[in-house]
Amino acid sequence: MTPEALQQVAKAEQDTLAKQPQRIGVCTAAGCLSCKSGDVLKTLQTALDRRADVPYKAVGVGCMGLCARGPLVSVEPNGVLYQDVKTDDIPALVDSLATTPMKQKQCDLQAPFFKRQTKVVLDQFDKIMPERLESYLAHGGYQALMSCVSGRSPAEILDEVKRSGLRGRGGGGYPTGLKWETVAKAHGARKFVICNADEGDPGAFMDRSVLECAPHRILEGMAIAGYAIGATAGYLYVRAEYPLAVQRLKLAIRQAEKFGLLGDHICGSGFTFKVEIRLGAGAFVCGEETALIASIEGRRGQPRPRPPYPAEKGLWNFPTLINNVETFANVPAIIVRGADWYASMGTAQSKGTKVFALAGKIQNTGLIEVPMGISLREIVEDMGGGAPDGHTIKAVQTGGPSGGCIPARHFDIPVDYESLKKMGSIMGSGGMIVMDETSSMVDVARFFMEFCKSESCGKCVPCRVGTTQLYDMLGRVIAGKASHRDLARIESLCEMVRSTSLCGLGQTAPNPLLSTLKYFRHEYEELLVGEHEEVAS
Amino acid sequence: MKTETAEAAAHDEKRWRLVEVVMRRYGHSGDALIETLHAVQETYGFIDEHSMRRVAAALNLPLSKVYGVATFYHFFHLKPKGRHTCVVCLGTACYIKGADAILQKLDEQFGVKAGETTPDDRLSVMTARCVGSCGLAPAVVLDQQVLGHVKPDELVAQIKELPS
Repeated sequence: MTPEALQQVAKAEQDTLAKQPQRIGVCTAAGCLSCKSGDVLKTLQTALDRRADVPYKAVGVGCMGLCARGPLVSVEPNGVLYQDVKTDDIPALVDSLATTPMKQKQCDLQAPFFKRQTKVVLDQFDKIMPERLESYLAHGGYQALMSCVSGRSPAEILDEVKRSGLRGRGGGGYPTGLKWETVAKAHGARKFVICNADEGDPGAFMDRSVLECAPHRILEGMAIAGYAIGATAGYLYVRAEYPLAVQRLKLAIRQAEKFGLLGDHICGSGFTFKVEIRLGAGAFVCGEETALIASIEGRRGQPRPRPPYPAEKGLWNFPTLINNVETFANVPAIIVRGADWYASMGTAQSKGTKVFALAGKIQNTGLIEVPMGISLREIVEDMGGGAPDGHTIKAVQTGGPSGGCIPARHFDIPVDYESLKKMGSIMGSGGMIVMDETSSMVDVARFFMEFCKSESCGKCVPCRVGTTQLYDMLGRVIAGKASHRDLARIESLCEMVRSTSLCGLGQTAPNPLLSTLKYFRHEYEELLVGEHEEVAS
Repeated sequence: MKTETAEAAAHDEKRWRLVEVVMRRYGHSGDALIETLHAVQETYGFIDEHSMRRVAAALNLPLSKVYGVATFYHFFHLKPKGRHTCVVCLGTACYIKGADAILQKLDEQFGVKAGETTPDDRLSVMTARCVGSCGLAPAVVLDQQVLGHVKPDELVAQIKELPS
């Protein structure tokens, strides 16, 4: 389709929306679906069909963030949000549409959880219907891709992304523009774009939400990347554990091909870009880019030494660009609204916004998107609402198995790549697990070590053997069978694993242990025994 | 008896065609090994030696490579699962909120640890790294359905109510 024809489709959809602004949006992302939001939607639709006097239409929309209170239901155009809606509530809800909102189920949209958010990646999730391309188009979707192919040069796009200051959202924080430029300059008969959607961090569900709620935003970001670097094919490497995301991505690719937004001659231009899905099979190490490439090539997901970097020799030895889901999802907005707008958010080194998944011992479990540089305290205490049941928050774990625990006394640090690193943690992909005073930090350290031990691919010795040894030694600490000498041994082994492992998994595996040792050393020491007791046991 | 075996073989051949379709889609390329194994598991529920041999022959790969890949990835199962499956999420959020207690309770009640199946093939208990439903922690996936805020006793009751 030509851009004009697509604009008409968007216009038609907008007209339908304008004709019927009374809409009830039910969240159909995985979190709410598992609280039976699918049934809520069906019941609502049947109830509304029977009520000719109520001019509302019920539709399935994307994630509205507050997963702890699902199923969430929004009522437009009044902008009312209901929480914890059960099928039994539907008659009362339908009745209330003509009068005043039901107070008891209403969410306070003035609460910090909603007020402090700035949405770029999660923008309009509450309005876009995930399974309709027309809906994405009507909300400004694919405008960025259309503007690229109908006039802006790849060099311009590269420049825009570079100036935006966007950095890799998968955790590493490598400047995205620089990565794109390297691949654009690399020589190769073919080039590839890969979207890393193998969200493996336990405790992170940001990418899942984006994949499920706005699959087209990711496809658009990938196509723009392809245009900028001169690639004609892309692979979306997604976890098989996310069946709903896979299903919606497949549908989105088919729709985009039908509308000429993917495939040959995109929007009637000379640009060709095709996207295929590859299913992951449950290996955390496949988040590492060379391991991911091996997996797409049908092999075991084992990393190889870099250089050569994938930007020079990647998939089938061709130059390859690999970015994370959230990174790609930022791109369309940057192209439409400009690099300066994006760079105006965040801090000097970390621009823009970041999506976080709040979970663990916290009131408002869910997804938030905040400008970089916001303090941890604002996120955890104001937006997250603190710990439930009168408990006090002790620490926040960021960055999953590669990250660390930040104690409550340091909650005033700004959340950006550099500050978190200085604290001995990392930004990571965006999982934030909150722990209260009942959580033992030694136990948490062992939990992550168990994870790294069983996810180690086994290729290099420091990681394969080191993580197993560390896990066993932590077990001895917990069993009350370790001495101060053992603790010193743990620390030196951590250093060895960190400095000699082949890939990021091993290099960062000691982080949770080291950061808990740094801030909660007394918890370890309380479990230690004296030298002579050790000999006696 | 003989006709039954023949029937089973014919049925098996029919199902194998689903795998064949996937291999053909990728031009029987060795690169499509993981996609093919996904297809095998989707069709048969698990990947047995017989299937691995057929895949190796069809994709022109050494059997050792097929076996290596099938065992490397956690998602692939080499043994059949029970009639019901209960996947306990061991993501960080679920762990903090007591996923361990769920596993313990299942072991107490049904005598199965993670990765095991009851002797009557009724129930398989498995673990997942993170099912991405951290908002509902602790979460389990019982027969493909995600259950949130799981309490061990309620889960046991729910499993007992399932058809045998």
